[in-house]
Parts: sequence; structure tokens; C-alpha cells
Amino acid sequence: MSDSVDTVTTTGLVALQDVQKHFGDLHVLKDINLSIGRGEVVVVIGPSGSGKSTLCRAINRLEPIDSGSITLDGQPLPSEGKRLANLRADVGMVFQSFNLFAHKTILQNVTLGPMKVRGLSKAEAEKKARALLERVGVTAQAEKYPAQLSGGQQQRVAIARALAMDPKVMLFDEPTSALDPEMIKEVLDVMVDLASQSMTMVVVTHEMGFARRAANRVVFMADGQIVEEAEPQKFFTDPQTKRAQDFLSKILTH
Amino acid sequence: MDVISEFFSEYDGLGAFKTTIYLTVVSALFALLIGTVVAVMRVSPIRVLQVIGTLYVNIVRNTPLTLVIVFCNLGLFLQLGVSLANKDSNTFITDNNFRLAVLGLSVYHAAFVAEAIRSGVNTVPLGQAEAARAIGLPFLKTLRYVVLPQAFRGAIAPLGNVLIALTKNSTVASVIGVTEASAVMKVMMENRPDVIFVVFGIFAIGFVILTLPVGILFTSMSKRLAVKR
Repeated sequence: MSDSVDTVTTTGLVALQDVQKHFGDLHVLKDINLSIGRGEVVVVIGPSGSGKSTLCRAINRLEPIDSGSITLDGQPLPSEGKRLANLRADVGMVFQSFNLFAHKTILQNVTLGPMKVRGLSKAEAEKKARALLERVGVTAQAEKYPAQLSGGQQQRVAIARALAMDPKVMLFDEPTSALDPEMIKEVLDVMVDLASQSMTMVVVTHEMGFARRAANRVVFMADGQIVEEAEPQKFFTDPQTKRAQDFLSKILTH
Repeated sequence: MDVISEFFSEYDGLGAFKTTIYLTVVSALFALLIGTVVAVMRVSPIRVLQVIGTLYVNIVRNTPLTLVIVFCNLGLFLQLGVSLANKDSNTFITDNNFRLAVLGLSVYHAAFVAEAIRSGVNTVPLGQAEAARAIGLPFLKTLRYVVLPQAFRGAIAPLGNVLIALTKNSTVASVIGVTEASAVMKVMMENRPDVIFVVFGIFAIGFVILTLPVGILFTSMSKRLAVKR
């Protein structure tokens, strides 16, 4: 168990308390306590199967948890229905496999949520979408379909689609893991830019460079538990736990 | 070959095929509507709806069409008094039989439509619905704007097969007195047993003319409208 549990409070924008989750016999989230402050960028790292993606997906209830509580802005996650949908609208999510709506153009991908959830007019939604597409650098592709774009472009559109909802927090579930190396940078640049504008972010990633550069805090998970939490500088230079030392020695020696 | 001219002049063969087409098109629209609702029930997160949808498909799909159609007439109309046309109209019997046939054909083929759409839903990756939910779309909007538009495109080919089957199955309507193509064929065969193969050939060709383009159209649409991933 982490030695920083005592720092957890319920005042965070996102707060997880005693969260437990099983997939059958597998205990994927064990006693998770984590509080994420407004404007904070938390990077979650750890070996495969450590539960970091599940943790990320639990925050907007794409994975329901077995017990414990998750609150967003002080409100517990509703179980299902309209209220959960409303809450999800405030939580942006970026997936490993982009998941752009395949039958809609890039512009329509970004305008769907604002129009059908927020009730914006088509003109308002398109204006906003074009501004966001410009921000992530894919304006020229607005009328194309997702399959016509490169992975890096698709992921930047996915970020724009999430931002179009004016989310309180952005969740990134391994956003660069499905990308070719040269496309990773263009996506990370957008994320660094977001972080610098004090967006609250939870980022599950293997990109240690991003963690060093943009994170306020690194959360290290293994076997469903939070093993260590620290500022990036401290975590990477002076990891406290054996598990983290072991993990870092494997990934930083190449 | 005078029987061919008789087909047009004495039996209103074209009118009979028009009835077949009309019967097919109207039934297809209702079947699409009912089938979509049933498919949505089967993929919904609500257990009761799933059960109802599954029961519908399994009961209707495994009941012979003749039985469904006959039940519409003998059961619904004659026993329960359910009529679907104006009783005072002098075309009451024709209208009522036609509409009862539409009811039977729609209800029956809706089960197959539902299965076709469900197979279409299975072509849509789970991530599409997750992304829709993640931007705050509730269940029905997720279906309407994200899953179903892609599911229908993935279901075009199987839906085409259902439409072809429906076209041919519409002949069963003759058992409750709808004068579609096969009903006229029976009359012609009774009157001209000497040229029974010619009569049979005329109607067989008639159905091929109806269904062949449907098959070609749906195959080309399924390729043209396929969602590129």
C-alpha cells in the first residue's frame, strides 16, 4: 500500500476512495485511494495488467467498480441513465484506439457531442469545432473521414472531440500506444499544450518523457495497487519502493 | 402461346404482380420498423426488454408463415373481430384481407430483420459506443447517432436477403384470399392445365424479374456504403 494515503482528501476534483474492482477472480483494482486536484496533471504508469487502464476507465464509469466511491467535483458517480450521461459529458476521454465515429466526417465527430448533448446549434458547434481542429492542427482534414487520416491525426481529432464538451477533466488511456513513433510527438505536443493551460488530466501512458515534462505527479501502479506516488523528478531519480525501482530499471536502461 | 396474351388480357396478371409488389413494399416498411425496435430491445441494457426481444425472435422465426397468416385471418379477424378496414366500404373484404396479410408478413419478417440488424450491430466495434458514451450521449442517442447508422450499413446485404425472401413469401397471402401473383397463377393453371408449364414459367420469370434487381442493388449498396475503418 502506498505510504501517501494520508494525503488523500475528498476535496479533489476527482477523488477515489477504497475502490475495489474484480474481473472474475482477478482483483484488478485494490484499495485505490487517489485524489486529483483542479489543474493537476497525474500520469499513471506501471507494467501491463497493473490496472492502470481500468482505473482510468472507472473514473467515467466505462468500468463499473465493485465497491468504494468515486466523486467528481464532490458528486458521486451516478450508477446509470441520464445523470451518468451528464456526468460523462464533463469528463473527456481519449482512447488508445482513437474510436472516432467511422461514419462521420472529422467535423461531425467534433460537433456531435456539443449538438446532441449540450444543445448547441449547428453553426455554433461548427465554429467551436473548427477552432479546436485548428488548435490540434488538423483543420485541413475537417471534411474527411477518420479512415483517411493517419493515426496521429485521428488521435488529435479525438482530443478535439473531447475538448469540445468543455470537460472538467480529461482522461487519456494510453493515447500514444497505437501510434507509429513519428506520430507520438505530435500527439504529445498537443497534450503538453493542454497541460500548460492547466487542464486537469489523468494520463495512462508509457511515455516517460511526457511524465517528466508535463506531470505534476506520477502514480505508479502494480498488480492493481497504487505502489508509489511522487513528483516526477523525485520518482524517476529516487524511487522509494522496490517494485518501482525494478520497473524503472527495466524501462530506463535502453 | 396464346396463354401469354391471356395473362395480360383475361387474368390481369400485371395487376396481380402489382399487388405482390405493393404487399411486399408495405410489409417491408413495417417489418423494418418492428424489426429495428426488436433489435434495439435485444441490445438494450434492460434485462426485461432483452428477454422480450429474444422471445419475439425465437417464437416468430420458428413459426411457419402460413400459420401466422392464417391466424391473422381466422384468429384475429373471424374469432376476435379485429378488422383493419372500414366495414361499410364495399371493398371491405379485399382491403381487410390485404391488411391482415401485411400484418402477418410484417410481424413474421420483423424477426429476420431484427436478426439482420443485430448482425449489423456486431460489425460495429465496441469502442464506437464507448466513445459515444464518453462524450455524454445517453443510450438511445448512442444507438441513434453512432451505432445504428453503422449497423444498418453493415446489415444491408442480410436485409436484402430478407427483402427477397419477403417478396417470395408474399405468395402465402393467397391463402387468405389476397389476389397477388400466385393466386392468379392457381386460377390460370386450373383453366389451362394443357399449358401448365408455360403458366408456371410466366410466374417464375415474373418473380425473378422482381427479386434479381433487388439482390444486385443491395449487394452494390452494401459495398458502396460500407463503413471504412
